[in-house]
Amino acid sequence: MKAMQIQIPAELRGHSYTESPIRKIGLALFGVGVLVFMIGATGAFASIPLLYSMLSLGVGTIGALLAILPGIGARKPGINHDGIMFSPWKNRRSVAWLLGILITAFYVTLYWFPSTLDHMVVAFDPLSWPLRGKAADRWFLYGTLYTLAVLIMGVRMLIKYRHSRYQTIRTISVMFFQLVFSLLIPGLLQLFNEPEFYFHYFWPLKYDYLFPSKLSSLFDGTHLAVFMGFWTLVMAFLATPVLTYFYGKRWYCSWVCGCGALAETLGDPWRQLSDKSLTAWRIERWMIHSVLVFAVVMTGLLWLNSAMEGAVLGGLSRGFSRTYGFAIGAMFSGVVGVGFYPLMGSRVWCRFGCPQAAILGIIQRYFSRFRITTNGEQCISCGNCSTYCEMGIDVRAYAQRGADIVRASCVGCGVCSSVCPRGVLNLENGPVDTRNI
Amino acid sequence: MNNVVIIGNGVAGITAARHIRKGSDARITVIGSETEHFFSRTALMYIYMGHMTYEQTKPYEDWFWIKNRINLLFDHVSGIDTEARLLRLASGNAVGYDTLVLATGSQSNKFGWPGQDLDGVQGLYSMQDLRLMEQNTNDISSAVIVGGGLIGIEMAEMLHSRGIEVTFLVREDSYWNNILPPEESAMINRHILSHGIRLRLSTELAKILPDSAGRVRAVRSSDGDEIPCQFVGITAGVHPNIILCEGSEIATGRGILVNEYFETTIPNVFAIGDCAEIVATDGGRNRIEQLWYTAGMHGEALAAHLCGERKPYDRGILFNSAKFLDIEYQTYGYVPPVLDDVQTLYWEHPAGEQAIRIVYDQRDVVIGFNLMGIRYRHRVCERWIAEKKTVPYVLEHLGEGNFDPEFFVQSEQCLIDLWNRTHPERTLQLHRKRGLRRLAPARGQKKEMMA
Ligand SMILES: Cc1cc2nc3c(=O)[nH]c(=O)nc-3n(C[C@H](O)[C@H](O)[C@H](O)COP(=O)(O)OP(=O)(O)OC[C@H]3O[C@@H](n4cnc5c(N)ncnc54)[C@H](O)[C@@H]3O)c2cc1C
Ligand code: SF4
Ligand code: SF4
Repeated sequence: MKAMQIQIPAELRGHSYTESPIRKIGLALFGVGVLVFMIGATGAFASIPLLYSMLSLGVGTIGALLAILPGIGARKPGINHDGIMFSPWKNRRSVAWLLGILITAFYVTLYWFPSTLDHMVVAFDPLSWPLRGKAADRWFLYGTLYTLAVLIMGVRMLIKYRHSRYQTIRTISVMFFQLVFSLLIPGLLQLFNEPEFYFHYFWPLKYDYLFPSKLSSLFDGTHLAVFMGFWTLVMAFLATPVLTYFYGKRWYCSWVCGCGALAETLGDPWRQLSDKSLTAWRIERWMIHSVLVFAVVMTGLLWLNSAMEGAVLGGLSRGFSRTYGFAIGAMFSGVVGVGFYPLMGSRVWCRFGCPQAAILGIIQRYFSRFRITTNGEQCISCGNCSTYCEMGIDVRAYAQRGADIVRASCVGCGVCSSVCPRGVLNLENGPVDTRNI
Repeated sequence: MNNVVIIGNGVAGITAARHIRKGSDARITVIGSETEHFFSRTALMYIYMGHMTYEQTKPYEDWFWIKNRINLLFDHVSGIDTEARLLRLASGNAVGYDTLVLATGSQSNKFGWPGQDLDGVQGLYSMQDLRLMEQNTNDISSAVIVGGGLIGIEMAEMLHSRGIEVTFLVREDSYWNNILPPEESAMINRHILSHGIRLRLSTELAKILPDSAGRVRAVRSSDGDEIPCQFVGITAGVHPNIILCEGSEIATGRGILVNEYFETTIPNVFAIGDCAEIVATDGGRNRIEQLWYTAGMHGEALAAHLCGERKPYDRGILFNSAKFLDIEYQTYGYVPPVLDDVQTLYWEHPAGEQAIRIVYDQRDVVIGFNLMGIRYRHRVCERWIAEKKTVPYVLEHLGEGNFDPEFFVQSEQCLIDLWNRTHPERTLQLHRKRGLRRLAPARGQKKEMMA
């Protein structure tokens, strides 16, 4: 007898969410927006940027929101994971593969065939000119699409978790940081001829912020640039450890960071795909700490090199940081990190590749007041927490033996606590020695 | 104890096996015929609703059993020979033991209703039941659930999640009111209805009516109504699974009779979990404990006993929890359904989906808590009850008990206000809000993990 062969119903009937006509209209409009956007690659709309922008980005956004909003009326507020494991797009079935290929293709185009996008960037001119005082380029295209994804899917998150104040406030936070710190402030800085600077990214995630060349250019610049130089140093060496001591890595990873913002909004439908096995945990620890070592060694070498006036690396120094930028920045965080959302879950990069997460994780594991408390013996081992942990933590393994969850990788999204049907898990800060490990 | 054989790979049997392994080097075999590996029965509903797959309901990865030398046998035990200490298996093999643990769980009740064996009529207990339910409910439009307990409301939620119209027949005049006090019970009545499930109270099943193919076509209720449906879920409770003991020397009552060391009437044969009936030593009623937590506690206690630590089983201060659709429920200590003999302080949120009840005796000593839609700390409530704290003390410290996530609105002040309105001679003040400060001594005891 085979242990389990549950038949998947041909179609999940009866959900007003999927049946809502508004939702269908929304999906259709979204499709139209995407199509118009793609057609723009031919240059058909090169002379009418505003119209192009409205028909592609505008119609697409309105469509996406129309598809999402009926969620409010579909069900009373509460956890709604009905049908996820049967879904063709949330559970590594047909649509998921298609989406994975599409997103990956987008990244490949962005990094290796940017000229394909030449005519599409004009759709972003109507925003780029007033904001930055110059025409859009492919990175502005990417940043704006990214922000749109965070905002639109953030609305979806807000609806889905409208019963949870923690999730609501946290989602508003990531949406705010993405819009203001990733898009608006860097744009305005360019308008005023200041260096394009992201105040919410620090070394080693923004590995070049501590490079000798970058720092010296900041300290040689305007007053604002000098402030940026100090900001970078203070955040990397002082604020990060202190905040992580008090609140765990969540203050950054699931409240502020842009990668986290995308994972927590666009990535939410796929969070359950993270691998929970012990093997995956082993690989994770090796990989993420290797990346950290690489980032630290590279930064150190560059400083040594500049102190010795090029004696260490010579002409290699640029090549070295370029290799890192390509392997980690483009390949890992972009192609694998986001492209594989529908196949490997929303936090592949954060879990396996982010040097910032590695540092925060070490602090969280050994020196932080943060932990997830387990409520006595109330756990029924159902597995909802482990299933919906985007970081692939087997939360249940701790909960069912009454131990607190203290793991380097936990980003404190709080979803395990939200989905637990028995009220077993709570994200808390308290004296470090009261962690029940 | 060199060769332990456990029948049943549910939570009781598996917990016993894990803890015997921690305390001894005995050969351990667990025989189960439901699934190859241990899974969480409490998560059956989530498989059906598509929240999880079967794989995800397994609390341990498959390598765990090999690593810990727990030998799993996917087979059905068809007979026990306590003389020869031999088990007969459905596959034709036989297995010998020197210590036998029966952890065979429960079976669904059926009360001889006309039509209860028709196609499309079933209970929900096992993985096989779930699979059957999947077939039975594929492509149907309406269903009837009979029996208003925890499994009943789970089944209603499951069907509802697939857009199947559900009529929920409950014999009592309010949902689960043999356990829940009137206000909590009424809250759940309203909540069930608000989800669009047709709750019919004070209604019993009279008859299940077949169509020409022998499938259920409708249900006739006690008030004479005919409710058309293509599926009937029977959730009128469970009883201990004692089939194996029938015809053996092992004494049974409603369950397998055991003492507080889980010893049956036959030496070296033990019974734990849902199937055990613990004989009262103080002249009280025998106990059958049909909960996830108690099954695990039985397993742990028996393992300690088998590994040489002879200590009677003590369930400790009662606790339990459930989730009624969206409303979480936690209970600590003693909260009777009829509150005539106790005093009680009950606060309910105006929106009607959250409540806190504190139960205390004539001397103001707190004996129990009910929480609806609010999470409270197990260890703190347990300590208050164990230390016989009085209501004023508990109220002033109530913030310590709160286990809701950060930013959630706290309601403790509302209870204080409620108290102060009725006790102007002794007004109280809330000492602190929720959080971990000063809570350290109340933390749970450490349990080692084997992995
Ligand atoms: C749908 C559902 C939801 C529940 N939810 C909760 C909850 O939220 N909270 C809670 O506290 N409790 C809950 N319970 C009750 C809880 O699951 C049980 O109390 C608990 O599983 C009992 O564990 P056990 O190990 O004694 O028995 P079981 O889990 O029943 O395990 C017994 C195993 O033995 C096997 N077996 C029996 N006879 C033989 C044989 N002859 N040969 C081989 N194998 C055999 C059976 O197939 C079964 O797999 C729920 C029960 C159900 C059905
Ligand atoms: S979701 Fe809650 S009850 Fe279920 S396994 Fe996790 S902690 Fe335990
Ligand atoms: S353990 Fe919980 S809070 Fe931490 S990442 Fe996983 S789901 Fe989020």
